[in-house]
Amino acid sequence: MTVVERREIALVDLLDRLLAGGVVITGDLTLRIADVDLVRIDLNALISSVNAQVPSPWQEPL
Amino acid sequence: MSGLRYVYAICRPLGSTTLPSQLTGVAGVPPKQLTHHGLVAIVSAVPEEDFSEEPLKAHLEDLDWLSATARAHQSVIDALTVVTSPLPLRLATVFRDDSGVRTMMETQEETFRRTLDRIEGRVEWGVKVYAEFSESSEASEASDSPRSSGASGSTEVSEDTGAKSVKVGSGRDYLRQRRQQRRAHEDKWEQAEEFARRLHDALSRFAEDARIHAPQNPALSRASGRNVLNAAYLVPRAESEEFVELVDCTKGDEPGLRVELTGPWAAYSFSGPAGQEGA
Repeated sequence: MTVVERREIALVDLLDRLLAGGVVITGDLTLRIADVDLVRIDLNALISSVNAQVPSPWQEPL
Repeated sequence: MSGLRYVYAICRPLGSTTLPSQLTGVAGVPPKQLTHHGLVAIVSAVPEEDFSEEPLKAHLEDLDWLSATARAHQSVIDALTVVTSPLPLRLATVFRDDSGVRTMMETQEETFRRTLDRIEGRVEWGVKVYAEFSESSEASEASDSPRSSGASGSTEVSEDTGAKSVKVGSGRDYLRQRRQQRRAHEDKWEQAEEFARRLHDALSRFAEDARIHAPQNPALSRASGRNVLNAAYLVPRAESEEFVELVDCTKGDEPGLRVELTGPWAAYSFSGPAGQEGA
């Protein structure tokens, strides 16, 4: 077994924190999208871009 | 500043320390400090055509945009982490104007102060465990189709040794072999999970707090192996070296397991009220 220390931050590690962590503040109109839905939206977006066969979540909600 | 306000983090007044002058945040704009009620919001003006609700929704579909925005957000948080212990906000937290930001700071003031106290002088470390086992039975099945589609029969011998399958004598032998493979495979997963559990217990005892994130999807991380632990630990900055050594000490004789360490991060996963998830 090996312990690896990565120099460059992987996007997926960043998104674990930026989309699942951080303070969520509700109340302002533009803030609703910063809520839990964002996690789902973004992961769908990511998966779509990785695998082009997955349809956009906007056209056909999963 | 005109446009909407993008808020990265809340922190205590920085005093005489300043942010690097060349630091830029999302939309390429340098972040500014907005002080209110003795707390500071780190804020950039962002254009409405990109950050109001509808365009933002559309942008979040765009991996390049999302990636650039996430990295810009992180670079501001990173610069803050050097000079203070910031309380990061969720990506894309946007207000109409400065007065919207002030109102938010007033209504959240008590919570912000409590959380800032809890994370003062602390950093977050990420630890992931991957289990990587050769799945010989699946591998040999998967290689069947391309072989039948074009390769000549002469390659059979070398490919058989490559898949390390023993010559199968009868249907019964074949089934026994498959059963043994499956059992060995299950044992390995149990060992991997047991290893992850023990590591998490040891690191949790050392850390002040811990959070378990959902395992990462290999399609997104492009990491090999299955992610059996994806956790974050809140550690006093002064004890970070010791924590890293502790992770390093887990080097054992467990084959097929890989531990990855990331950090130090701002306390993203510990920004919620005590005892709750960071979200």
